[in-house]
Amino acid sequence: MRRFSLKGLLQEAASGHQGWERQWRAPEPKKEYDVVIVGGGGHGLATAYYLASVHGVTNVAVIEKGWIGGGNTGRNTTIVRSNYLFDESAGLYEHAMKLWEGLSQELNYNVMFSQRGVLMLAHNHHDVISFKRHVYANRLNGIDNEWLSPEECKAFCPPLTISPDIRYPVLGGALQRRGGTARHDAVAWGYARGADARGVDIIQNCEVLGLKRHPDGSVAGVETTRGTIGAKRVGVVAAGHTGVVMSRFGLRMPVESVPLQALVSEPVKPVFPCVVMSNAVHAYISQSDKGELVIGAGTDQYVSYSQQGGIQIINHTLDAICELFPQFTRMRMLRSWGGIVDVTPDRSPIIGKTPIEGLFVNCGWGTGGFKATPGSGHVFAHTLATGEPHKINAPFSLDRFRTGRLIDEAAAAAVAH
Amino acid sequence: MSQPFRLASGGRIDRTRPLSVTFNGKRLEGFAGDTIASMLIASGQHLAGRSFKYHRPRGILSHGSDEPSALLSVDWRADRGPGRRDPNNRASVVEARDGLVVDTQNHWPSLETDIGAVNDLLSPVFVAGFYYKTFMWPRKFWDKVYEPVIRRAAGLGEAPKVPDADRYSNRHAHCDVLVVGAGPAGLAAALAASADGTRRVILADEGCEPGGALLNDVTSSVGGTPAMEWVAESLATLDARENVVVLPRTTVFGYYNHNHVCMVERVSDHIADAPEGMARERLWQVRAGEVVLATGSHERPLVFENNDRPGIMLAESVRSFVNRWAALPGNDLVVATSSASAYRTALDAKAAGMKVSIVDIRLETDCGPEFAAAREAGIEVRTGHTVIRALGKKRVSGLVVAKIGSGGGIGEKTTLTCDCVAMSGGWTPSVHLFSQSRGKLAFDPELDAFLPGTSVQAERSAGACRGVYDLAAVVADGAKAGGGSAAPEATASFTGFQPVRVLPTDADASRVKAFVDFQNDVTAKDIKLAVREGFESIEHVKRYTTTGMATDQGKTSNMNALGLVAGILDRPLPAVGTTTFRPPYTPVTFGALIGPARDELFDPVRKTPIDGWAAKNGAVFEPVALWRRARYFPKAGEDMAAAVARETRAVRTNVGIFDASTLGKIEVVGPDAAEFMNRIYTNAWLKLKTGGCRYGLMLREDGFVYDDGVVARLAEDRFHVTTTTGGAPRVLRHMEDYLQTEWPDLDVFLTSITEQWAVIALQGPKARQVLEPFVSEIDLSEAAFPHMTVKTGYVCGVPCRLFRVSFTGELGFEVNVPADYGEAVWKTLYEEGQKHGITPYGTEAMHVLRAEVGYIVVGQETDGTVTPDDLGLSGLVSKVKPDFVGKRSLARPDMVAADRRQLVGLLTRNPGEVLDEGAQVVDDPSQPIPMKMVGHVTSSYASSNCGRSIAMAMIDGGRERIGETVFVTTPAGFTEATISNAVFYEVKGETADA
Amino acid sequence: MLLIDCPYCGKRPEVEFHCGGEAHIARPESPIEMADADWGSFLYYRTNPKGLHAERWLHGHGCGRWFNALRDTVSDAFVATYEMGKPRPEVSPATAKA
Repeated sequence: MRRFSLKGLLQEAASGHQGWERQWRAPEPKKEYDVVIVGGGGHGLATAYYLASVHGVTNVAVIEKGWIGGGNTGRNTTIVRSNYLFDESAGLYEHAMKLWEGLSQELNYNVMFSQRGVLMLAHNHHDVISFKRHVYANRLNGIDNEWLSPEECKAFCPPLTISPDIRYPVLGGALQRRGGTARHDAVAWGYARGADARGVDIIQNCEVLGLKRHPDGSVAGVETTRGTIGAKRVGVVAAGHTGVVMSRFGLRMPVESVPLQALVSEPVKPVFPCVVMSNAVHAYISQSDKGELVIGAGTDQYVSYSQQGGIQIINHTLDAICELFPQFTRMRMLRSWGGIVDVTPDRSPIIGKTPIEGLFVNCGWGTGGFKATPGSGHVFAHTLATGEPHKINAPFSLDRFRTGRLIDEAAAAAVAH
Repeated sequence: MSQPFRLASGGRIDRTRPLSVTFNGKRLEGFAGDTIASMLIASGQHLAGRSFKYHRPRGILSHGSDEPSALLSVDWRADRGPGRRDPNNRASVVEARDGLVVDTQNHWPSLETDIGAVNDLLSPVFVAGFYYKTFMWPRKFWDKVYEPVIRRAAGLGEAPKVPDADRYSNRHAHCDVLVVGAGPAGLAAALAASADGTRRVILADEGCEPGGALLNDVTSSVGGTPAMEWVAESLATLDARENVVVLPRTTVFGYYNHNHVCMVERVSDHIADAPEGMARERLWQVRAGEVVLATGSHERPLVFENNDRPGIMLAESVRSFVNRWAALPGNDLVVATSSASAYRTALDAKAAGMKVSIVDIRLETDCGPEFAAAREAGIEVRTGHTVIRALGKKRVSGLVVAKIGSGGGIGEKTTLTCDCVAMSGGWTPSVHLFSQSRGKLAFDPELDAFLPGTSVQAERSAGACRGVYDLAAVVADGAKAGGGSAAPEATASFTGFQPVRVLPTDADASRVKAFVDFQNDVTAKDIKLAVREGFESIEHVKRYTTTGMATDQGKTSNMNALGLVAGILDRPLPAVGTTTFRPPYTPVTFGALIGPARDELFDPVRKTPIDGWAAKNGAVFEPVALWRRARYFPKAGEDMAAAVARETRAVRTNVGIFDASTLGKIEVVGPDAAEFMNRIYTNAWLKLKTGGCRYGLMLREDGFVYDDGVVARLAEDRFHVTTTTGGAPRVLRHMEDYLQTEWPDLDVFLTSITEQWAVIALQGPKARQVLEPFVSEIDLSEAAFPHMTVKTGYVCGVPCRLFRVSFTGELGFEVNVPADYGEAVWKTLYEEGQKHGITPYGTEAMHVLRAEVGYIVVGQETDGTVTPDDLGLSGLVSKVKPDFVGKRSLARPDMVAADRRQLVGLLTRNPGEVLDEGAQVVDDPSQPIPMKMVGHVTSSYASSNCGRSIAMAMIDGGRERIGETVFVTTPAGFTEATISNAVFYEVKGETADA
Repeated sequence: MLLIDCPYCGKRPEVEFHCGGEAHIARPESPIEMADADWGSFLYYRTNPKGLHAERWLHGHGCGRWFNALRDTVSDAFVATYEMGKPRPEVSPATAKA
């Protein structure tokens, strides 16, 4: 892999950029791999990268039905934070946060991780208690999160209205300064390039049709639109389509797939310095490097694979955004879209073993998967390399839906991801 | 500026109505019917903005909503004060009127001299995706240095800084046929569809005047009359039909599920003297039986070096400015084309007095009748020629053209001097809405276009948006789509084009800037670079180069980009993929989308019948779910702590009065009501006597506490259920769900009665004395009316459900009267209470009082992960009932684990210290991070009655740990506290304890 | 926004309704006798199909009745709505596409 550097960029500029290589190859699938990862989104590609870079497992294929990073990786609002309440979640997301902090350098690919701060607004007494509970828990877990008064919220995010006369006045906020945003596509591409350079085959336009199993029931490989591909272990990381893939393998999962919508405004000069989330009114907003206001809306209420939701969801979100930022009503929605998110009953992911020997799953990230990408890939690589979960992902087993040991951040705080 | 390029006659402007706007601080003149773009052109001003990345001078490319370059900041009513200025308005769609103040964007210090243009010199470095490859060192510099610089350079206009002074409205409509687009196809469709007077038809068009492409047309005829006369007659016909609504200035921007179509109407921006308060825009949400899409097509630019110079325009746009606005885009025109349609521009421009020549990429043998027509008009035509580059900087000054040899080689070059170029690379059907409807697109190689293929919803496309370009065919196609059979005759058009991606050139392709996406400054070489680096799917190319992602969403650029990628990869175009079109078609203001949902209409506040009294009596309110509730009633000089201390003391010494109307109330009625209650709640109901009350606990099926409340049995078959304030709607839904879907055999009715009853709580030792004088038909004595019973009768002569219940531990009554009488009864009781020291108290005191006696609040002590046993309420969970909702889940391994968090009290070492609600609890504050947390504080108050602070907490195995010391987080560190029982106050005298 | 054909009221916009998830998952007769895994499956495991999905809807801002619907989760088109207690309609693949 040719390293990216300023010097290289200038040299190429002088010679018309003719010398850049492919960032990843387009190989034909081999007959067999040690590990086949189903799903070429950020989580799958990160898994492949860490399998190769941490565990030395390089005989790996990532197979992707469409084009890499084309699912939720490229459809989310790119928020990164780790201020989760429960030890299990905090451990997982903080693990990711630490990897984010060195990711551009690690991958030699600028993923534009921008620690502009994530401010979560409290609008009622319940929010205040809940956020303080988070702040205190995070502090004891070594995760930065601080409580701000309304005036401090305003100072941190000047466009914010803190008038007590609005419908849901801002009573304060929880700020994670290390939180922020990253360039979602670059995360997929950076991991792909890094994995490819270490020997991982990234196979696009290849759909998984079924599972090949040994007589003892264990995994032997996958059937795909490009033939049978042998595998000692298979990891399914297919986000909203996990249920579809697993049903082809004869398994049901405790997930449902629903549309999640987002939108951007026309680009404007810098006007919004951080990320603001407002749970009570269902809205989150930041400004991209390009200048667009990036606004996350809610999920539709029904199972769907259509990547399209109803406009009432968008309208409702904008109602809330414009209540907090009334100067934005003259801004225009430029583009809106939907992704299909796989939601578990406790809104926490499932990362670990399945009832089939050799088959592993990493799914159920719901509306909050992007921020976990490096951590998710890192622990899932460990799981695939060793056959056992990393201690960070051990609590996120399928078994919790039998025992009742749920990790229910949403119920605990009514906080969307 | 005067109007040197305005023709003396012709056009659809009204020369009797001159007007002016302010453009970059100068006066710009025009006429009614102009757009800002046509005024600029009439005045000879082509430079209209700076590009996004390289700050290159840009002019006006198009005459419609696909304009990528001429974007303006507009203050729509500067004369009426601030709040009506917004960025990124397309000059080509802003209707001119007196009073507009418009400014160009993205330059400093001025449009003419822009320092940012240095980026153009650095462009060899600033190629597609360059930022992914650099700015990584040193690590901290990304957030602090590089990114802020990039951000300042990016963005187009300035976001509004003050709240919007305009208002927006919305409207829902239903129709049998919605016709989108009032060009020839749409008009024909609407005429046909509305012939049957019983069918409701809506015709919407984004332009300020219906007619579509016919507005640019001075030579065609339809039905034997000039085209625009046919348009006028058609509109008159439609106007006369009562079943038709014609909506100009209305952009259909979103095609959603089940023919839910959204459009935005520009209501008042174009009206100079619009009345104050008139809506600016209106969102239409239409549910249509059928939709006819007649959305036309977009012209493709040609991709050659410096094709972005001001003065280089789309050919049809040149024709439009000449014919519709009588504004000549220059004196010397070169038409550069691979499309027959551009010849019409050449002919019309010549007829209007411009000097015209044509450069056609096609060979003469590939041309149609347009070639002879041009020759006949005396226009010089160079066929088989390519454009090498444009000359000039802030205005095109010439085109370097060359003959293409038979082997594709570049022949001798000629420079054509000109001040305007009309270019056309053919046409792209506008399939956006079809694609949004989830219809499948099909590629037609003959037309080099994606056309509507398989439909998913009830919709049909007609005319140019499905690749039908000839006017006669368009009219016929429209009529057919509208359900008609006959269509008027119409003139034949010049049709057909040869697709070209990048014009042949002998220049070093890696050096030249030939723009594909004008607004995002994406050049052909950027796209080539992306493909070279392995980005092969068009979605990857888009994301890597940003082509098609600007405010025009690639209307003019997408096909050129797609074709270019397909060409490089030597794959068929559909194999590279097509973009999925997403709403909106053109950008839509947030204001239109939210409509009236602002300020007091954002999320209407629910108020109780006693809210008015509370407001008059100085209450400080707080939002609780959708309600506003009185939090406390401060007297002069009191802060919240002082007021709450006074209110809580008053309840325990005399009597307090509290508005509990927000409590959810559901009536459960029917022969099987008790059985239903038995299945829904954890405790037993069959044996509750009529007139008795019982505290009920409700679980979700997963075993966690869902809601609670006191339930009264009013009759054998009638229960009056109360719920938490926030829980009322979901509890009713939960009950209905089980009743209707699991136990349809039960004969029970559920009715929400929250709004029907006002609830006045009288709490305290003197509660009975206050109430007694007003009660009839109820014996209030302890013997006749013990704690946890209910009676019906009259209070103040008003029918009443009187509960002997308490949420304070004191003697208490909850007076339920019909909501309309709530305030009157409250006032009466309050007046009488004066003799007994009655004190109104709010939610804060209510919370303190209940905590003093250890009562939980669902949603505060519980959080959706808490079981009854966690709360110490296992006594409320029937061991006898074989089943109830949630029972089985309580037996799961983790639900009976020993280390579960349990509700206890916490007493701080310092009795004056009030713990933070939400604070975490540890055993050892000196352990290293990450620390082991053993619990958290759920409620915490200064209790005047206890003479100290009190707190409730959930602690791991807490009930076994009473008396132990723990450490609780504070903003500054930790504080010491002792685990205690969660009952802090012992009620003296007549207690409520049952 | 979906247009939902309430069996009791006719076609109404989605905002009047609440979706209650997958249909035809009857609450077991004797939960207490079930194994943890089976109970967990009842509580949490859903078919989540890409294709026809039988689901429950409540016309909360209308008649207040729960009913079932058969909907294609790819096109979001409703194939049928039917009263609670009625069996899932047999649908031929051709109809399902409508």
